[in-house]
Amino acid sequence: MSADTIPARGDLGGLLGDRRRVAPAGMLSATLTLGWRAMLKIKHVPFQLFDVTIMPLMFTLLFTYIFGGALAGSPREYIQYLLPGVVVQTVVFITVYTGMGLNTDIKKGLYDRFRSLPIWQPSPVVGALAGDLFRYSVASTVILTVGLILGFRPQGGLFGVLLAVALVIAFALALSWVWIIIGMNVKTPESVMTVSFIFLMPLTFASDIFVRLETMPSWLQVVVGNNPVTHLAAASRALMHGEPAGVAAAWVLGWAVGITAVAAPLALRMYHRER
Amino acid sequence: MELAIETSGLVKTFGMTRALDGIDLGIRKGSVYGLLGPNGAGKTTTIRILATLLRPEAGHATVLGHDVVRDARAVRRMISLTGQYASVDEDLTGIENLVLVGRLLGLPRREAKERARQLLDAFGLAEAAKRQVVTFSGGMRRRIDIAASLVSTPEVLFLDEPTSGLDPRSRNQVWDIVRAIADQGTTVLLTTQYLEEADRLAERMAVIDHGRLIAEGTSEELKASVGANALHVRLQDREARERATALLGEEAYGTILPATDPRTVSVTISDTARAAAALTALSGAGIAVAGFSLGAPSLDDVFFALTGRPTEATPKQEVVV
Repeated sequence: MSADTIPARGDLGGLLGDRRRVAPAGMLSATLTLGWRAMLKIKHVPFQLFDVTIMPLMFTLLFTYIFGGALAGSPREYIQYLLPGVVVQTVVFITVYTGMGLNTDIKKGLYDRFRSLPIWQPSPVVGALAGDLFRYSVASTVILTVGLILGFRPQGGLFGVLLAVALVIAFALALSWVWIIIGMNVKTPESVMTVSFIFLMPLTFASDIFVRLETMPSWLQVVVGNNPVTHLAAASRALMHGEPAGVAAAWVLGWAVGITAVAAPLALRMYHRER
Repeated sequence: MELAIETSGLVKTFGMTRALDGIDLGIRKGSVYGLLGPNGAGKTTTIRILATLLRPEAGHATVLGHDVVRDARAVRRMISLTGQYASVDEDLTGIENLVLVGRLLGLPRREAKERARQLLDAFGLAEAAKRQVVTFSGGMRRRIDIAASLVSTPEVLFLDEPTSGLDPRSRNQVWDIVRAIADQGTTVLLTTQYLEEADRLAERMAVIDHGRLIAEGTSEELKASVGANALHVRLQDREARERATALLGEEAYGTILPATDPRTVSVTISDTARAAAALTALSGAGIAVAGFSLGAPSLDDVFFALTGRPTEATPKQEVVV
């Protein structure tokens, strides 16, 4: 053998001679392991967190100070209304990365390896969602911290804030399934972004995140009033400020359950389907 | 003879394309088997069916007695797949990738780490263990990819074009790895466009074209099926190739074989005595010969004889170092 031969056949032989086999990871363990993978990716490519830290920070500052005076008399007044909505908008936007990540993994052939392993087949998808939980939490924490510094004072206390964030995340996880479907059906991660923004732009801007529903023309009120993001923003505001949120929260949960019930089975069927 | 892989009448279509059109294979346990053919012949589709990633539309396939459709999970427990593209996570480090696979295969954390380290050592990747795979060279990437398939020693290993795009040195390394894996009794099914690769590694091979198996056997058997020796003449001047080709063809020495080197002319020849006559004829016509060799036909010649067209398998010069 020449000096070129990096792997010593003897070493490799000894390693491969060990043919013991253990039971493969179970459903939960495989999903957690793949969630761990998502954490590692964040560790190695911290730039991914830009969208969940810097961007919401900019949004909060810009909207509070630019619109605040005009819309609510003062930035400090406005931020009480705006901040829960910024949490909603940011988290809803970053759900797109679930679909983009999946698309990248499929294109790179990584999912072929996962699918040829003796594990619960949906675990790579569910594991990725588990990783997303972390990103959503980071984004929410950053926005809330900045908000508190700028004078946001949630009357609902910590409990109200946590409830609101939980509701936002529940909706985000449901919405992620939609981008997973798109991620499996388009050619590049960029197309996932393009396609999903066509939905997300109207969904987040034609809502009451920035201005109150009453200020809009009546026909628009009908549209905006039925937008699930409006329900989500309204419920978050109410929960954070300790006001009754029952109806809006019920709408949000209904949407979340509905979207998941339709999109998740469809996504998993497509995932099993051969490519 | 115990078979590791058996397929019969595999059919798979993608839209209007019939990717597989009735493939029958029987691959001996513990052997290295080559699937040979040009791009789009159906090699990858065959491997993907055997690795449980695709379902055949007709026919069936078993891996170590387990049906790849009905008993997919049992098959997945015994196989490993190294796809055409790096099937590892480029954002993760070398060791993290191997630990990830180890954990998914059910190894406890410590054992998964230990096995990962041993594999990295054996593959000459110890120093790169903590680097992200995205920084790896082409050869290193292929090695980590194969290592990921060996985290638990598979009974059957599928390698889809394991050396495409590699420089000669990295290719030799991959060949050594494949031999070491086979030495340990793992059945290896590899696809390749490089006829030389199948010749070097595989005990038996199948030539696939347009989703059909057009020949099967040992490299010797395939060469014998062409039935003739070949004379390869290397010319001093490439300008003279056309004349030399015409002369050798005209004189009916045999069939002109496709050659990839612009200064070489190859012709089948029924008996060696004709070779001397052919060379005399060339020098008589004033064509200077730089060298010649007489030998059994190469697998390129076999492919040409079987399909009537040359392989597109001239290694693309996209060398990844």
